[in-house]
This record gives sequence, C-alpha cells and structure tokens, in this order.
Amino acid sequence: MNFAVLQFPASNCDQDAVHVLKNVLGHSARLVWHKENSLAGIDAVVIPGGFSYGDYLRTGAIARFSPIMQAVQQFAANGGPVLGICNGFQILCEAGLLPGALIRNRSLQFRCENIFIKTATSDSPFTNKIAEGKILRVPIAHGEGCYFADDATLNKLQTNRQVLWQYCTAAGDLAETANPNGSLLNIAGVCNEARNVAGLMPHPERASEPLLGCADGKAIFESLIQWLQNRSLAKAA
Amino acid sequence: MKAKIIVTPKKAVLDPQGKTVASALEHMGYKGIGAVHVGKYLEIELSGTDKEAWRKQIDDACHKILSNPVIEDYRFEIE
Repeated sequence: MNFAVLQFPASNCDQDAVHVLKNVLGHSARLVWHKENSLAGIDAVVIPGGFSYGDYLRTGAIARFSPIMQAVQQFAANGGPVLGICNGFQILCEAGLLPGALIRNRSLQFRCENIFIKTATSDSPFTNKIAEGKILRVPIAHGEGCYFADDATLNKLQTNRQVLWQYCTAAGDLAETANPNGSLLNIAGVCNEARNVAGLMPHPERASEPLLGCADGKAIFESLIQWLQNRSLAKAA
Repeated sequence: MKAKIIVTPKKAVLDPQGKTVASALEHMGYKGIGAVHVGKYLEIELSGTDKEAWRKQIDDACHKILSNPVIEDYRFEIE
C-alpha cells in the first residue's frame, strides 16, 4: 500500500508517521509537501501532528488552504481514507472534512502525557482490528485539543456512531478526571458520515513500537491497512 | 480604507481564557466584574474607495478564513 504523509511548514510528526508505516509496518510511505497538488497512486493519506503555520490565526486554519488540500478534498470525496493526527485532526475540522472544531484545552495547559482512550466502535477503516470497548494507551501533546460541536452535531455523531475514541480511565470509565482537555463527551477522535475520514488528538504513531514503551497505537494503522487490502480484494473480484 | 474586524467565541463555546481573565481582574481588586470573553481584533488595509464592494469581500473572507463559524462570531466596519 502507498501512504502519503502530508508536510506543512511546521508539521513535526511527519517523520514519525512515515517511520511507523514504512519501517514498522513495511508499507510504502512518502512525505508529500503541502505545495504539491497530486495524490496519484496514493492509497491513504495521513495528516500528521505539529504546529502548521505556527498555529497562526487558529490551529489548522491556514494549512487547510494549502494547494495539496484540494487534492485531499477530491481524494476524500472519492472515498479515499484520510487519517488526521493532532494538528491533522484540527486541519480536517477547519477544512470541513470532519464536523466540529478543536479549541484551547479547558485547563489552558499544554498537556503532554500518556492517556487512555476507549474504542467506541470497530465499524470503521481505522478501528476494524480493534475490539469495541478496547482501551488503548497513547500519548497526547497538545494545547488545543478540546473537541467542540453544537448539540445537534453531537447527537448526530452519537446516532451515526461517528465517535471513534473517547478519553477514559485505565478501567474504561468515561470520567471527567480522565479527560485531559475538556472535550465534550470525552471525544478523542471522530470520523465523517461516510466513515472514510477520521481524526484523533492522541498520537498513535508515537505508540507503535514496544521500544517506545507502548505499541497500542499500531492497531489503528493496521486497521487501515486491513481495510485497504479488503478493498483491493473486493475490486479484483 | 481599513477593515476593522472583531472575532469572538460563540456564547455556547467554553471560554476558559475569559474565565481566567475575569478571575485575575477580581483578584486585582476590581469589583463587580461579570463574564469576560476574549476574542480577536484584525485590521486590514484596503485599496480603492468602493466601500460596498469591500464589505461583501470582507464578509466572505470572515466567513471562509478569518473566523471559524463553528466556534466564532464576527462583526466588522469598513472605514
């Protein structure tokens, strides 16, 4: 499978994402500079974390207008899978590819720590290899990760099972104490209605190798690879 | 000409920055401080003299990029 990892000025988790896809999971992955305008030959897009454009104006607000994002919009409209991590999640929300918005952490602190997220559904290209209810231990590192959407949107997300991960305690409780940023409904990650675009604030690419302390995050990439392989088989049939 | 734009968080949005500022004002001794909301002010210098043409463009820019309609409201004047 061919992965594209986008690179904006001040993206800083792009190399980690490429490393996991290439060296840990053995697939082809290349950095795509934000000024490029083609995703030809690409099977999946990862929008990595960082501080694109210095978070000027609003996080992700300027990156969403980079030339490559037109190709991403088209790619997503055609059903291509797109995964946004941290700043990538922020960019996808600003681009209107995901509902809601990420705002400043309620504590006003930049939170940089390991947390637990509970997988809300296995029904997505990003969670099909993760049992519903499975708890993943992954690191966060963000100052603006508080997920916000109005009541109508939140209801829709829940009805459509678009919430993919929620912050929880080690025991799996969706407690307020387990919520590092004030996100409504403890939402850590969501997908769009078509389920091909997803975003999450935690960093699975930093938790995909035992060497780094925890490999729970790898299952998210493995789910995506599985989904792509299933799709290939379906097309060939 | 100049566009003077004010972008504020929507009422429904959590504004911990605003709360922190209100708290700081109280601690400094200001009495009767109510809610505080922290927003953004932008000044954009504009060429020409057609105020109405600019009004439409600025409104468009505010909606598309200068504010995020999910979480912010905006208002502006052109002088």
